[in-house]
Amino acid sequence: MDLLTEIAILVLAAFVGFEVISKVPNTLHTPLMSGTNAIHGIVLLGGLLVIGPAEGLLEDILLVVAIAFGTINVVGGFLVTDRMLGMFKSKPDPEKAPPEP
Amino acid sequence: MSRADVITLLYIVAFALFIVGLRMLRGPRTAVRGNQIAAVGMALAVIATLIDERIGDWGLIVLGLAIGTAVGIPSARSVRMTAMPQMVALFNGVGGGAVALISVVEYREALENGGGNPEAEVLIPILFAAVIGSISFWGSIIAFLKLQESLKGRFGIPRQVNAGLAALAVAIAILIAAGTESEGLFWLLLLVSGSLGVSAVLPIGGADMPVVISTLNAFTGLSAAAAGVALDNTALIVAGMLVGASGSILTKQMAEAMNRSIGNVFFSGLGAGGPAAPGLEGGTVRSTSPADVAIQLSYARLVVVVPGYGMAVAQAQRAVADLASELERRGVEVLYAIHPVAGRMPGHMNVLLAEADVPYDLLKEMDDINGEFARTDVALVIGANDVTNPAARTVPDSPIYGMPILDVDKASSVIVLKRSMSSGFAGIDNPLFYDPKTALLFGDAKASVSEVLAEVQDL
Repeated sequence: MDLLTEIAILVLAAFVGFEVISKVPNTLHTPLMSGTNAIHGIVLLGGLLVIGPAEGLLEDILLVVAIAFGTINVVGGFLVTDRMLGMFKSKPDPEKAPPEP
Repeated sequence: MSRADVITLLYIVAFALFIVGLRMLRGPRTAVRGNQIAAVGMALAVIATLIDERIGDWGLIVLGLAIGTAVGIPSARSVRMTAMPQMVALFNGVGGGAVALISVVEYREALENGGGNPEAEVLIPILFAAVIGSISFWGSIIAFLKLQESLKGRFGIPRQVNAGLAALAVAIAILIAAGTESEGLFWLLLLVSGSLGVSAVLPIGGADMPVVISTLNAFTGLSAAAAGVALDNTALIVAGMLVGASGSILTKQMAEAMNRSIGNVFFSGLGAGGPAAPGLEGGTVRSTSPADVAIQLSYARLVVVVPGYGMAVAQAQRAVADLASELERRGVEVLYAIHPVAGRMPGHMNVLLAEADVPYDLLKEMDDINGEFARTDVALVIGANDVTNPAARTVPDSPIYGMPILDVDKASSVIVLKRSMSSGFAGIDNPLFYDPKTALLFGDAKASVSEVLAEVQDL
């Protein structure tokens, strides 16, 4: 892909990122940080794409570690966020319908 | 439709899911669903990538994925809620580490493919990914160790050290981009950047750590986007940049919520980055917003309202009673802690609250309620000051030392509604306001309570 096209995508994604997080209550700062944290685990894809053409033991080791790191970032990130957010819905609330799943 | 088109289409769906998921993470009711939607987006992106023609070495891929899953799931499941911040730091760090490792391989490939003379256009994104990824990895590791309290004490690192390391990293990067082919130089770049990550985070104190982690989170996002440019992969570019941008905004908001600027957090100099001692001058207070107070209250089990003279002056008792009944409707237990000298006369508060139809059995005398604060989720202090001042228990020099007080500081969190930072009737400062678990909502008590009530109703 053309470098300029990539830069265009980069700039547009930056604006979307700025807009999407406009005003967040403080209480949600930590879960939101954790959620975005999981999303940058996308680097996992980089490891997946590079490991095929990679040559030699050193590169293989580096990339297996990179894939493992990326997977930890993704899997752990989403799970931890889910657990944190669970704190918000787990209140004894006999009268109302159970919180949405 | 070619295979590449299918991949691109799946990526586009994944982007939409990321953006929708992030949006939903902004509200407490939609957040859980938002996180799940983003996770589905990630799964789609991974699946799409796995059908790419360039994918090979399945054994190694499965090995990496298996190790990552085997480490990631149990650590996320078992971590205690109190240890969440360091877990996030660690997950962030490994993301940055992955970027740095991929950049090494990319550099080696570039040397090979470029016939020993890769173009700067190819090298720059690789170098960027290497520097930022490495800073993020090592910075996050330090943040993890500090939060885990494995690294204790104060580390004063002169600002010049950071500046020097940053200059050195830039110089090496320029040297490589200009055509110096040396893998050794590349590793040196990773080392220098990593040292910068360590020395920048090391002096920063506990209360500022969330801001640091959020900054490193944005960094990892940016490094992933740079890796995306190097790899010609739109998924990395878009998702990485989304995190880079939203993470930066989030960092700014977090710093503002703590009355700190980002520059203040990172460059406040020798050891001053820590939370000020609960000393009375120079202590930092944390201000909050009606929306945050509303969320905290709605998700509490037990809220204890501590009314004081400020409530009486503002004639806020009606609004307070309305807020309490709205919370009760949501299953929150609300009690009132009445200090004998709250207000300006004994029974002042009881009268006002009775006037607002607050059931009398909810009004608790000091001796009855003090034992309850330990299980109180939120103590809502409305215009009370001296009767909550822990100095009465702890500071023998204080003019109010020995006065019986409401043990508000024993609650899990404290919200103080206050007109300004002026001291109370006794004219002495209140360490409660500088307690890290205390948040202040400034403004007229009646207006503040009404705003909080409106936010609760919106939830």
